[in-house]
Amino acid sequence: MLKSFEPNKIFLITSRAPKYVLFLFIIVLSIGLTEALFLSPEDYKQSHSVRIMYVHVPSAWISLGIFSLIAFLSLGVFIFKNKNFSLISKSLAPSGFVFNIIALVTGAIWGKPTWGTWWAWDARITSMLILALFYLMYILAWRIYEEKNQANKITSIIAILGLINVPIIKFSVDWWTTLHQPSSVKLLSETSIHTSMIIPLLIMTAAFALFSILIFLMKYNTELIKIKNKGLDRL
Amino acid sequence: MINEIISMNGYGIYIWSAFSFTLIGFAVLYLVIKVQLVKEQLKFNSKFASLTSEKIKSAKKQETYREILANISISKI
Repeated sequence: MLKSFEPNKIFLITSRAPKYVLFLFIIVLSIGLTEALFLSPEDYKQSHSVRIMYVHVPSAWISLGIFSLIAFLSLGVFIFKNKNFSLISKSLAPSGFVFNIIALVTGAIWGKPTWGTWWAWDARITSMLILALFYLMYILAWRIYEEKNQANKITSIIAILGLINVPIIKFSVDWWTTLHQPSSVKLLSETSIHTSMIIPLLIMTAAFALFSILIFLMKYNTELIKIKNKGLDRL
Repeated sequence: MINEIISMNGYGIYIWSAFSFTLIGFAVLYLVIKVQLVKEQLKFNSKFASLTSEKIKSAKKQETYREILANISISKI
């Protein structure tokens, strides 16, 4: 099964897919933005400021999801000794980091009209900031360590250590008294958001997921061509 | 109507800046990654062009090399 993760086989798909994903992303994003900015209702308490949720929440979800994926792939690097896992992880990191920054900045913008402050050192916000630091360390480690095996090891360790922070982010609003509200969208119990708001939220999440796939594909192709460039020297 | 959309009950400055920051972030990330990709493709192209005909033949036997070359000529997104 791991043979299907060979870069040469994956490249046949990743090299052709970006244009289709970009096309789909533009369509889904246009629908999402129309819903989020104009069609969805305002909140009875937060009024129109609730619309910031449509960029803040999907960004936070995707940055968390991507980091978890990177961490599990890094575990795979150690267990299966599959180096393509680290190539996939490396290609996922830029979009994860940008989504993390977007979640922090839009959260601060939302915080001002809602809480009266741009920033608070509360558990959810601080743990998201720590996640951004892990992303930064992960990306910088790939740049700093030139020896490939060493870079593989160090980045995998950073990702696995960072995984400890993921459940802390998820449950921080339940474990501690925080300024940040508890989760409104739950997988296992009833969601406390009205359908008229959950639909645009899901559409925007789909758009953001498509964007992260697009960036992943382009970055993965870049990394693979880089490797093949070195291969040309050895021909 | 337009004023209403812009001001959004006084929250317009927060909403538009949050959405703008997100979309600008997307555009910057896309451009940075695109530039990196094009740079690598051009590097590959010039390296490939400088190979001897024998080496070109052996490289073209590999599917990935053929795919990269095909994408350099069609990938203009």
